[in-house]
Amino acid sequence: MEIAVFIQSLDGVANNNSLESLSAAQKIVDTKGGNVHAITFDKNVANSLASIQLSSIIHVSNDELNNYNPLFHIKAMELLCNEIKPDLIIYGHSYQTRDWVPRLSARLDFPFISDCVDFSNDENISFTRPIYQAKLNEKINLQGNGIISFQAGSFSKDDLIEGSSTINEKSFDLSSVELTINPGERFKESADGVDLSTAEVIVSIGRGLSKEENIPLAKSLAEKLNAQIGASRPVVDAGWLDHSYQIGSSGQTVSPKLYLAVGISGAIQHLVGMKGSKNIMAINKDPNAPIFEISDYAVVGDIFEILPKLIEQL
Amino acid sequence: MKICVLIKQVASEDSSLILNDDKLTFDNASINFVSNEPDTYALEEALQLKENNNAEVTVCTFGPESCRQVLKDALAKGADNGIFISSEGINNTSPINIARIITSCIKDRNFDLILSGLQSNDVGYSQIGLLVAEYLNTSHASLVVGTEILNNGSKVKVKVELENGWFQWSELTLPSSLTIQSGINTPRYATLKGIMSVKNKEVKEFTKDNINYVENNNYTVIERFLPQKSKETITIDGSPDEIVEKMADILKNKLRLVQ
Repeated sequence: MEIAVFIQSLDGVANNNSLESLSAAQKIVDTKGGNVHAITFDKNVANSLASIQLSSIIHVSNDELNNYNPLFHIKAMELLCNEIKPDLIIYGHSYQTRDWVPRLSARLDFPFISDCVDFSNDENISFTRPIYQAKLNEKINLQGNGIISFQAGSFSKDDLIEGSSTINEKSFDLSSVELTINPGERFKESADGVDLSTAEVIVSIGRGLSKEENIPLAKSLAEKLNAQIGASRPVVDAGWLDHSYQIGSSGQTVSPKLYLAVGISGAIQHLVGMKGSKNIMAINKDPNAPIFEISDYAVVGDIFEILPKLIEQL
Repeated sequence: MKICVLIKQVASEDSSLILNDDKLTFDNASINFVSNEPDTYALEEALQLKENNNAEVTVCTFGPESCRQVLKDALAKGADNGIFISSEGINNTSPINIARIITSCIKDRNFDLILSGLQSNDVGYSQIGLLVAEYLNTSHASLVVGTEILNNGSKVKVKVELENGWFQWSELTLPSSLTIQSGINTPRYATLKGIMSVKNKEVKEFTKDNINYVENNNYTVIERFLPQKSKETITIDGSPDEIVEKMADILKNKLRLVQ
């Protein structure tokens, strides 16, 4: 099976989720046989992939691809796929993936199975994805060419098999693209935007913290653990923290080494953003809180009794 | 200006999902069907654009007979007319196939704008509006949190949400297909007058026999199932002191996060 994995990047750094998907591709090839090709539009990213076991790294060097415009991304990928003829194209599931990959799917006539969490070696190959806001899963069998995106945390970049690979330079004539989409400059609405996607440890706070005045308590714990602060939607809606701290379906997707949930009950919209974390520890008074369903450590107790003592102990 | 809003009927969030023996379909008796919430923001955005730009709003749905209700609700809120595409007899409803079906039913209407919710709360493909953009060769934007019509209706300026708290304004040439982020506006309720007006509004119908499309069959949903609990949960309880001691031990010695 010929697999092309698109490595999304920003400022010369590969997206974690793309690297996780590269690991998924290695695992698929490990059982199915075949080749994995990493596709990047960034030279530095191409270089950074050279120590991973790949059949090739393909760097598409067109200037039009430096700043994201879906129309150029689609055209470049279309032309590349016509040339390398992959059976499967794999992406990390991201906002950008959601924006341009459906159109690529239509252009290539490759069905796009989005937001997958696993694959299985049924006849041909099948992919599992959550539906009904993760209350159920569905398994989809792919009988021909297709495009897959994997949710953050579904695979681990620590599992990437090391090796060596060479960079194949390409560029395409993209002049036929009719510029009906003109993206402007990116901006943030608040100065203190945070990127939680690379955090090793996150202390995430929920409504159970009761009031804004208790945030320093969570922050002291975060300091002890060298952690970043995250939050569930109600905390952001209440204005205790900026939107950029929000984790979940309408915020960021994270997969840290430890996710420590403080006073978060675990609405599904929150769980989809953090269930890929390597270790989940949750503190909640309610032993039936949904967050415990996906926790490695379910701490049943009062956060106001536990946190001050814990901070002292660490 | 002509605007089309794609709306889907889905199970409400509090519905019990009981799988039938085929492991694919649900026991409909235990499901409360509603308009997909993200689509209600798309409809509201269309209705506001109509008020400010003298537009005609068409609502379109694809699904079983029961979906006529989402059209009625949208017409009652102020949409001008509807398109009902019956899914009766159509088996492969992968995103590509749904988008081809919708495209074949709306392509002759020359809509300037196609709006849809960013995803459906059931199968959550988040693809249909964007696939339709490709099939109709229009511009597109996803996760739209603001819209503004420019140049007397030849362009639309949209604010889109990017990852990690970033935003961006983009200018799109019309026609365009936009997927709308939830929370962009406050969806209105139907008025009594609106509800009364529904019976006078036209709903154009399509069935399998008068839809012309090529089916893609690379893709088959083979099973739906409850996720298996994948991890062993260790419960930590007791007195606050006991709990803190156990937590500190895990954080220090097991996860090695503090020395």
